[in-house]
Amino acid sequence: MLEIKNLTVQVGCREILRDLSLNIERGEVHVLFGPNGCGKTTLLMTLLGFPNYKVTRGSVRLKGVEITTLPTNERVRLGLGMSFQHPPEIRGVKLGEMVNIALGRKEGEIDSEVVGLARRLNISVAFLNRDVNLGFSGGEVKRSEILQLLAQSPDFIMFDEPDSGVDIENIELIGEVMRELLDRNKMPSRREKAGLIITHSGSIMRHLNADRAHVMLDGRIACSGMPDEITRNVMANGFERCVELCKTGRENKEGLE
Amino acid sequence: MNKKERVERAERAKGKKAALGEDIAIENFTAGKEHEEHEPLNSLDEFPEKYQQDLLNAGIEPSEKGRSGSFLQRDCSVVFSAAKFPGLEIKSTTDALKDHDWLNEYFWRAVPVDADKYTAELELDEDQEQTNGYFIRSEAGRKVTMPVQSCLFITTEKIGQKVHNIVIAEEGSELHIITGCSVAHAVNSALHLGVSEFFVKRGAKITFTMIHNWSRGVEVRPRSAVVIEDDGTFISNYILMTPVKSLQMYPTAYCVGRNARATFQTVIYAHGDARIDSGSRAVLQGAGSRAEIISRVIATENAKVVARSDVVGEGENAKGHIECQGLMLSDTAEVESIPELKATRRDLVLSHEAAVGKIAEEEIQYLMARGLSEEEATSVIIRGFLNVDITGLPEALARETKKMFEMSLEKVV
Ligand SMILES: Nc1ncnc2c1ncn2[C@@H]1O[C@H](COP(=O)(O)OP(=O)(O)O)[C@@H](O)[C@H]1O
Ligand SMILES: [Mg+2]
Repeated sequence: MLEIKNLTVQVGCREILRDLSLNIERGEVHVLFGPNGCGKTTLLMTLLGFPNYKVTRGSVRLKGVEITTLPTNERVRLGLGMSFQHPPEIRGVKLGEMVNIALGRKEGEIDSEVVGLARRLNISVAFLNRDVNLGFSGGEVKRSEILQLLAQSPDFIMFDEPDSGVDIENIELIGEVMRELLDRNKMPSRREKAGLIITHSGSIMRHLNADRAHVMLDGRIACSGMPDEITRNVMANGFERCVELCKTGRENKEGLE
Repeated sequence: MNKKERVERAERAKGKKAALGEDIAIENFTAGKEHEEHEPLNSLDEFPEKYQQDLLNAGIEPSEKGRSGSFLQRDCSVVFSAAKFPGLEIKSTTDALKDHDWLNEYFWRAVPVDADKYTAELELDEDQEQTNGYFIRSEAGRKVTMPVQSCLFITTEKIGQKVHNIVIAEEGSELHIITGCSVAHAVNSALHLGVSEFFVKRGAKITFTMIHNWSRGVEVRPRSAVVIEDDGTFISNYILMTPVKSLQMYPTAYCVGRNARATFQTVIYAHGDARIDSGSRAVLQGAGSRAEIISRVIATENAKVVARSDVVGEGENAKGHIECQGLMLSDTAEVESIPELKATRRDLVLSHEAAVGKIAEEEIQYLMARGLSEEEATSVIIRGFLNVDITGLPEALARETKKMFEMSLEKVV
């Protein structure tokens, strides 16, 4: 579904991602860990094609289509979607309008379809009438983002910290909708969607029963493995140490072979 | 102030340039008496076919459906006026003066006759019965919830249209006015001078929604003021989306009564070489009086806009807030935002927020991430920017205003 090859990305004059490669197959969900500032959000923004993120080397293919130079909306048309960590506020544009846009309607009322989707995320009609992200609490931002994805229903979905600042009850709710969006309720062979999730907690990952986890350090994927194992390692030893253990583990394995 | 005194003061102010805005040579425009009078109409839809669309664009409903009264002045002739609601009066100010002895006292009570040469011109012209304008009044206790519509229309080249409007909401009454100003396509150059004086009596309410639908050759100098008594409310919504040559206005609301309230909401989309200097001022004299001034300005091409707002707090526990935002769509346009606050005692609160900038890239990208193209995203943001939620209108009027707003917007984005 998504193939990233030797991707190097600059923001301003700084190189943030270096020679990064990653493959995510149809039906898979991957989790990306990493310390603050290591470049996780940068990776997602680059995949979306935001102009501040300059690809200086490497390529990205989505569903076999080379998308490295496509504008954002064309990538979205191909099936890419994202829940933002810190989406901007837009004055005068209501959340309900954003949902309509995500549904692909040019103009639309906040009708029963929109209201129905919102209800699934415990979002009221009054809330749909608020300017998007303006004065939203941390948890409200996350639910609003996932609501927009629910309307958009993308094939490859990126979640940038969908669970940060969300209370336990709403984590359940969000996890539920994410499961559905990512086809996790289906038999593995029936899963059409795929996703990449940035998170700092294990709970969403367990909720989704992710297939693979990666640790990013300093703009590179430093180690990859089974989600449970990586989480345990990170929780117990921290990112750096986890990566070291990962490396020695790999060396040991290589030694054995 | 008697008539003689007024005329004297006007005479003295004849050469007094306005403090703001480019000076206009009034004598370059012709007065009403130099033209033939336009024939009165039996109904609004008798207005020439070729102008019907311009009426609509100014928010006027030619069928008069959903309106409790209508008024139409073409150049300097009042061609139609009708009230359909008991307790509502709507007619030319010239006629109203003949009907009511007391009306004289309202003239120049809110706007000083010697404010500048434009006000002076009106007073001196009134003498010759060339002015007209509308007189709208709701009787005490009458709630005229269906809107009243009035339209000032220019169809003659080089004309100087002069109007003196008086609006009175008597005690406990309610008036909702939709007013549009429009001009025929064929007119390349014209001047509009309009004095409007509003009186909101104790416990009364006036909402005033004004659409300016001028054209590239029209110069506009409205002079408006509002006097609001105890528990009175005045809400103004001003919309300018179409081109204009130059516009300068600075309406003032005097909240003289206890708990008097004034709201000004202004939406301006400035095109071409327009020179616009537009402000709103509230003087909070009454205890507990309140004002809110909201403005949204978009400047494109070579337009230059000065967006002013001013709240003066004088009464105990007065409260005022200014929110003005400008959006730049061109590097050759100019927006100058000037919010002012003046407090003259301790126990009051005045605040303002102002910002001018271009469309945030981030916002465009966010919308593109939901599937919109760059152009579509830009238009959604512009619409959102201009979309001030108009509060305080009855539901039907709110819907109507929204429709008018959408219609104006359609022409730009
Ligand atoms: N627009 C930007 N301009 C300059 N530096 C940026 C910008 N965005 C991100 N960075 C920098 O790039 C690095 C990676 O940031 P980010 O991808 O947001 O990290 P993460 O999501 O892993 O916390 C950080 O050092 C951050 O300060
Ligand atoms: Mg981040």
